[in-house]
Amino acid sequence: MSDYAVTKTLDCKGLACPMPIVKLSMEIAKMKVGEVVEMLSTDPGSLADVPSWAKSTGNAVVETKQDSGLIRFYVKRQK
Amino acid sequence: MDIEKELSELKAKVNSAPGMENKLSMVVFSGELDKQIASLIIATGAAAMGMKVVLFYTFWGTAALRDPSKKAGGKDFMGKMFGFMLPKGRNKLKLSQMNMAGAGTAMLKSLMTKKNVASLDQLFEAAGALGVEINICQMSMDLMGMKMEEMIDYPGMKVVGVASFLADAKESAVQLFI
Repeated sequence: MSDYAVTKTLDCKGLACPMPIVKLSMEIAKMKVGEVVEMLSTDPGSLADVPSWAKSTGNAVVETKQDSGLIRFYVKRQK
Repeated sequence: MDIEKELSELKAKVNSAPGMENKLSMVVFSGELDKQIASLIIATGAAAMGMKVVLFYTFWGTAALRDPSKKAGGKDFMGKMFGFMLPKGRNKLKLSQMNMAGAGTAMLKSLMTKKNVASLDQLFEAAGALGVEINICQMSMDLMGMKMEEMIDYPGMKVVGVASFLADAKESAVQLFI
């Protein structure tokens, strides 16, 4: 599943709640509709929070990858 | 019976019902560090979720909005006493539990730095950037002799009464009291 191009990477490693979604929302606001941001997080809470954020704001998590504590979200601006 | 018409009428009714706006109204009543952190985390989180956020600072909460570098003159005796007794700004707040004469608060702050949890300074900065509105209760300011000149610089911060809070709360999908 790689039918999207990553426009930019947002490093939220080490940040705790609520900063990952705060930074993500600020980043998404700067992007164009259809663009995808790769967001790096080490906060286990973001596994639940990023999809909730996306659902509530009408954006999409197109892919989530996890390896040894590092979570990579691929978030697409939908509107 | 015209189903389409009924449906649009029903939609209009639902949309204009109280509490339907994607908005959070919060009363920030408590002046303790932990409760202020909780308030700001929820507020910035909600703003990030695309909600409009209005915070109504009242009673002990207002002390968190004081700016330690500013002074306000012309206070009466009680105003001066309150000014002296209340924490001078968000970085002087104490924990609601396990304060242990300040040791607990210092320990929590160092833990927050170690675990990279945003400080109140960072949370206020994020709140301002996200457009979180801060309203201060006029009556609390009067009662404790506080003046706007001694408050922090925050975008759009204003003094209001309970009616403003209620007007906001009524149309908000989420209302909290902390």
